[in-house]
Order: sequence, then C-alpha cells, then structure tokens
Amino acid sequence: MSAIELYAVRKAFNEGRPNEFLAVDGVDLEIEPGRITVLTGPSGSGKTTLLTLIGCLARPTEGRVHLGGESVSGLPERFLTELRRRTFGFVFQQFNLIRGLSVLENVMLPAYPLGPHYSTLHGRAMELLTHLRLGHRAEARVEWLSGGEAQRAAIARALINDPSVVIADEPTANLDSHLSAAFLDIVAELRSQGRTVLLTSHDPLITGAGVVDRVVAMRDGRVV
Amino acid sequence: MHWFAKQRYLIDYTVAAMLRRRAKNVGLLAVYTTIVFLLASVMLYSNALKQEASVLLKEAPELVVQRMVAGRHDLIPADYLEPLRGIRGVRRLEGRLWGYFYDSTVNANYTFMVPPERDIDPGSIVIGDAIARARGSETGDVLAFRGAGETLYPFRVAEVLPHESAIVAADLVLLSEADFRGFFGIPPGKFTDITLTVANPKEVRTVAEKVVSALPDTRPILREEMQRTYASLFDWREGMVLVLLAGALLAFAILAWEKASGLSADERREIGILKAVGWGTGDVLKMKLWEGGLLSMLAFLLGFTLAYWHVFGTSAALLAPALKGWAVLYPNFELTPAVDGLQLTSLFVITVFPYTASTLVPVWRAAVTHPDVVMR
Amino acid sequence: MLFQPAIIALLLADGLSLLLLVPAGLFAIRILRRWDLQSGSAQQIRLEEHTYLVTTGLALVFIAQILTLLLFVFTTDHLAVQFVGAMCAVGTLNANAWGFSALLLRMGLFLLAGTWLVMNYIDSRAYDYPLIRVKYALVLLIVPLALAAAGAQLAFFTGLDADVITSCCGSLFSAGEPAVTADLAGLPPLPAMGTFYTVLGLTILAGAWYALRGRGALLFAGLSAIAFPVSIAAVIAFISLYVYEHPHHHCPFCLLKSEYGYLGYGLYLPLFTATTLAVGLGITSAFAKAASVRAVLAGVAPRLAWTATLLFTLFMLQAIWFTWRSNLILLGE
Repeated sequence: MSAIELYAVRKAFNEGRPNEFLAVDGVDLEIEPGRITVLTGPSGSGKTTLLTLIGCLARPTEGRVHLGGESVSGLPERFLTELRRRTFGFVFQQFNLIRGLSVLENVMLPAYPLGPHYSTLHGRAMELLTHLRLGHRAEARVEWLSGGEAQRAAIARALINDPSVVIADEPTANLDSHLSAAFLDIVAELRSQGRTVLLTSHDPLITGAGVVDRVVAMRDGRVV
Repeated sequence: MHWFAKQRYLIDYTVAAMLRRRAKNVGLLAVYTTIVFLLASVMLYSNALKQEASVLLKEAPELVVQRMVAGRHDLIPADYLEPLRGIRGVRRLEGRLWGYFYDSTVNANYTFMVPPERDIDPGSIVIGDAIARARGSETGDVLAFRGAGETLYPFRVAEVLPHESAIVAADLVLLSEADFRGFFGIPPGKFTDITLTVANPKEVRTVAEKVVSALPDTRPILREEMQRTYASLFDWREGMVLVLLAGALLAFAILAWEKASGLSADERREIGILKAVGWGTGDVLKMKLWEGGLLSMLAFLLGFTLAYWHVFGTSAALLAPALKGWAVLYPNFELTPAVDGLQLTSLFVITVFPYTASTLVPVWRAAVTHPDVVMR
Repeated sequence: MLFQPAIIALLLADGLSLLLLVPAGLFAIRILRRWDLQSGSAQQIRLEEHTYLVTTGLALVFIAQILTLLLFVFTTDHLAVQFVGAMCAVGTLNANAWGFSALLLRMGLFLLAGTWLVMNYIDSRAYDYPLIRVKYALVLLIVPLALAAAGAQLAFFTGLDADVITSCCGSLFSAGEPAVTADLAGLPPLPAMGTFYTVLGLTILAGAWYALRGRGALLFAGLSAIAFPVSIAAVIAFISLYVYEHPHHHCPFCLLKSEYGYLGYGLYLPLFTATTLAVGLGITSAFAKAASVRAVLAGVAPRLAWTATLLFTLFMLQAIWFTWRSNLILLGE
C-alpha cells in the first residue's frame, strides 16, 4: 500500500509571463493509505491543482511528490502515465465520459493501452458495472444516462485497472442529496476494499460525513 | 500478444471516432481519393501508352536509312539498295513508300503507306478506323483525296482496319504502290526510305557505321533511338501533367494540415479525457496515426481502383486529350491493362507521404494535450 | 533533367524528409544545450513533448528511406532504356558522376536512421532518458547526411542527359577495368568465398554469443559493419555469377529484376536489416552507462540480436543455396 507524500510542492502557471501565478504554493502533506481524505476550500484555493499533482496528471514546478517512498517528480511523462494508469483511478466533476460510445466502451477505455485479452477486459468491465447496478445499461450510449448513472459509470471506469488510489473531484457537485448519500456508500465500500480515497469538495454533506477520515482545508494554494 | 491486442483497441477506437465525425472525414476522404485518382490515372494511362508504343516498335526494323540533301530528308534512290546488300549482318532490306497527308476537310493528318507484306488492288484503299469515323465511310464507299497536281484521286474503301489494333494504325491509309507513286508524284526508282533487318542486335551499331561510310549522304536511324525518343516523350508529358497536378497536391496538403489541426473543443476534450484516464502521449499519437493510416489506405485503394477503371474501362475519357498527342484523330481503342511496382510505389510516395508529413505536427499537437485540462 | 513520376516522387520524398529533419536538427541543438530532467519547468516539459514529434518524424523519414531506396534502384533500372549502352541500373548510375554517390549516401542514411530508431527503441524503455544526448548528437549527424543525399540525388537527376553513352554492368563489373568495382569482380572466387563465409560465420557466432551471454555487443557490431561490405562484395564477386549462371555477369542490381525472380530483395532486405540492428545495438550498448538502460538492454537486446543473427544466417544460407543449385561451376576440376 503506497503512501503519498508531498514536500514543498509548488505549481506555477504561465511561467515567465506577466500573468504568472502560483496555484499551489509550498504544500507539505502526507496522505495515509487506506483512508478517505477530503481536500476542501473555496474555489481558486488550489485544491484541484493539488489533486492533479498527486494524481500524476501534471508535474510540480518545484518540490517533490513521493509515491510509496519513491520520488515521481522527475519521471518523464510516459512513466508518469504508466504509474497513473496502475495507481490512480479518476472520477471527474463533469464525469467526462466520451460521448458517442457505449457505457461499456467507456469503462474499458483506460485499459486499451495495456492491450489485455478482450474477453478478460469485457468480463471485468461487466462485473464492475453489475456491481454498481449498471449492468443493464452497458450497451447504452453515455449521453442517455442520468446524473447518478453517469457517475457510477465514471466510477466503474476509474476502477477498471484496479487502482490503489481513487481520486474524485467535486463528486457531488451535480448530484442531489439522495444520490450524494449513495456516492458516500460507494466510497465507504472502496475503503473497505483497502483503497485510498482522495476527494475535493466544499459540500458539507461530504466534509461532514462519518466515513471521512480526514479533512484538509486549503486557501490561496496553501494548506491551512 | 499484447502489442497486437493494443493496436486492435487503438484501431477500434479510432474507427469509432472517425464514424462519429463522419462529415469531416468523408470530405477529406473525397478530396484524398480524388487526388489519388487523378495522379493514378495519369500514371496508368501514360504507362499504357508507352507499353503500346513499345509493342509496336518491337516489330519495327532495327535500322531505317534516310537520304539527306542539305540536311533535309529526301527520297532515296533504289540503287542505294545495292551497296547496302553487301554489308555483313544485314538479313533483309526493303525500300519503303510512305508519307503524311493533310486532309483539309476534317483538318487531320493521315499516314499513307504501301504495305510491304500485303497486296492491295489498284484503286482501292484500306483505312484506319479513326479515318473511317472522321469521314463517315464504310467498306465499299468511295473516298477522294486531292493528290499531286491538284488532281482528285477517288479510292474505293476495301477494308477498315480493326478497332483494337494499336494507336498508330488509326490514321493509316494503305494503298498499292502504283497508286502511291501517282498520288504523291514519286517517280519509279525512288523510295521514301530503306529499312534494314539486322540479325544480331549487338551488331546494329556497327552496321549503322558501315551504312554511313558506304553512303555518306544517308542517315541511319536506330530502333533503339526511336524507343528512347518515344519513352522520353511520354515520360515528359506524364511529368508535365504531374507537375501541373502538384498545385492540387499542395492544396491537398494544406487541407490535410488544416483538417488535422482544426481540433474541435470536443475533440480536444476527448483527448484530454483519454490522457487523464491513463493513455500516454505515445498512445494518443499512435491512435491518431492509425486514423491517418486508415484514411490513406482507404483513399489509396479507392482512388487507384477508380483510376484503373477510368483508364482501362473507359479508355481514360477524361485524360485522353491531354496526353495522347497532336493528331486530331484520337484512336478509340482499349488499352491493355499494365500496372507495375514502380508506378505503385511512386504513387504511394507522391500521395501518402505528403499527407502523413503534413498531418504530423497537428497530430502531435493533439497528442500532447495536457491531461489536466479536463480538471480545469 | 528527365521528367518521370518516379523521379518526381524521389525528389518530393527528399524535400519532405528535409522539411522534417532540419527542424529536428535545430531541436537537437536545443536538447543538447538545455536538457535537464530534474527540472519541472515549463521549458523542460515542452522539450519532452517535442521528443515525441522528432521521434515520429524520424520514424517517418526512415520508412520513406526504405521506400525511396527501392524506388531509386527501380527507377535507375527503368531509365536504362534511355541511355546508349545501359542495360540496367548500373548504366544509369554511371551516366554522370553523381549516380553512385547518391546511392551510397542513401544507403548510409538508411543505416544511420535505422541505428537511431534502434537506439530510440531502447532509450524510450528506460525511465530517465539515459541516451538522450547521444541520440540527438546522432540526429546532428543524420541531418547533413540527408542534405548530402538529397543534393547528390538532385544533381544526378538534373544532370541526366539521355544522349550520354554510358558503360553498363558488363564493363563496370568486368575484371580488367580500372575501377574498385572491377577489382571486386576480378576477385578470384576461392579467396572471395573464403573471406565471405569466414566473416559472415564469425558475425553469426558473435551475434549468437551476444544474444546468449549479453556480452560482446561491440564485437558483433564491428563484425557486422565488416560483414555488410564483404557481403555486397561477395554478391558482385560470385553470388551473382551463380544466379545468372554466367561467368562474367557480376551485376548486383540485375538480381532485383523479374528475370531472376526478384531474388535480390530476399538477399538485400535481410542484409540491410541485420546490419542496422547489429550496429544500432552495438552503438547503444557502447553508450549504455546508466543502470536503467543496462536493465532495458538486458531485456530487449537478446531478441534484437537473435533477429539480426537469423537474418545474417538467412543471407548466408541463400548464398549457399544459389551456389549449390546453379549449373555454373567456378571452382574445382
């Protein structure tokens, strides 16, 4: 189980230009494995940027990110990709399913570059969808899904490569309280499977939820 | 094999993506196919013509001897045959009678000729099918031409040469020796030129040298030289047409660049999603290259097949006027299908390489889309 | 200048290749000066992104080289009818001074681009770009070579004049002519065969040794670099004779014609591929100091080395087969 550690991490945008700004400004943070951590703070506080740095979607301008004790900050993009694929599953705020494809195809998509056997991949995707009560929608186009279904499809996609860390950005922003509660149930189950869960949210329903182990507050790119 | 499985997934994905953006891709495919079609038509057609000419020349004599007077081609006396007969290596020699004739009624040039191996009755002619079409005559009709001394010579058409015979036969008029001499006013004892058949092809040059030393006022023309002239003539025309088409090729490259770089916000987001869920830059790049590769293959196959049908099925209806030649009488004959590796490879390099090169930068730009765009 | 679709295709391919290579050369200079893997700066990230473009571009140029090398030989062969005395590619290549230089430069470009791709294949499997500087230094070598090849080819085609009387393979590859090629043709068959089979045999042994033990990469590469010209010389000195069944027909190009069942492709493609792989492996392992690249090399090198070794063996077996099957007797009695 890999712990995530951040040392003096900074991320600048528009480097060297007049509109340069620091989205993340010197963050030291440790995220314990197998727990549910929530990053909270007003919009523009840098929590989403921090999420991209932790999830290896972007590299820090300065500082180091360690994964299971190894520095990943100096890794070239293609190894970062490999690491990301193996370690992280992402659930985005807009769900970001690819339109025009079926639910099943969307779920299988992250595994394509690994070139697994089709029957293995298909079986695993169907298992996940069935477990998330979406088995009957597998062949449906994603644009026909309701908000809750779309999120469950996105969760299934995040889990297809069996990641140890699941990252969700503002997961309840587009859901009503009933669906938000359902989401928290899924998160609790992910933890019980031994996965690390990292969320960003300013929804009190999430930050105040009983299953959440730790809330980290952020403001102006710093942990407060 | 993971590698093959992976390529299959990438192809599956890209095919689905292309079908989703059908309008954009169908347009590009149509232009691409048209380019391949045009270039392939030019190449196939001129190659078929070359083939036709070389088949024709294969039966031509190895050596033609003309008499030159002050640098101008003149009639050759029959007693020139005698010294030629003595040259070692000459198997057969023959005086020929032939000449061009301009028919002002249809503004076309004909070739009048006394055939060496067939006798034609005086007063009758055998004509090529292009002439038959131009003059609207059939076997049994009478055709009159204005010959030497402004006299009108009437001939009975004994036969129209069959349609499928080669390009050169179309404007041919065959007639008897007596008629020919009368019509062109050529006295007996003179020929247009003399042909020599040489047994050993390696001796042709030596024979030609001996001809010049025996008869200093003559010029020998080698079949080899004629072949060369034909080949370079057709190559040159083909090249000219291709260069003219270069403009079209350039426009196509620009279109390809533009289409490839004109990523819609939708597409950019899609690539961002792929990268965020675990695709690397290399994976997206490969997927996009498959897209270009499949499009190229499809356009190449379609364009080439269409061109093949155009050239050999319709006798190059669109191109014939540009490539065939000066004669007004276009022979209307079926070309013998001929395709070779050289043509295919050239065509491939001329079309697919520019397309791929011009989409390279836009494709790469799409592939390096940052995965964190989907989080912003 | 002759206007021919194939010539237009060749000039176009060269022009486009340069259009891809010259920016790649400029980029190589930037890499050599600014590359810093430890930095997370926007500039470094941009450099890394550009490596994908350059790699894809070079792969494209390499594929184009395979096609144009074939097209070049094809075309010169096809043009032979236009030159007095030319019967095959050799005649055309001799029509002016640039023909053979264009061919040799093109072959050099093929080998170098292939070497680069082998090196890139290994480098991209290590996590810290261990060969990046060597790789881009090599790009700086490839660019001028490509320029020279394009220039020589342009000079060759523009200088072609259909009235030139040229000498063909008969005279170029006949013993007694004052030329290197004639010296090759004039080699007595027994020593020529001895040298060829010895060098190729040693190369194959070195390849197998390297594939099995992971040692002696440089030896294998060095022997391959010798085996390549020796094999070409062998084609001229005796292999071609056995194929043509004619004691004085030494031409290495006529083998590519349909009259001889396109045998040349079966000989040359394995030879070129094997040499490229072996030289690429050798150069890569010579520069492979970092632990990361050593680990990668240990993983992929055996497969590549076996491929190269098998291809060399294929070449040698064909030579033996042609000799055995031929009605021509050069040795004995």
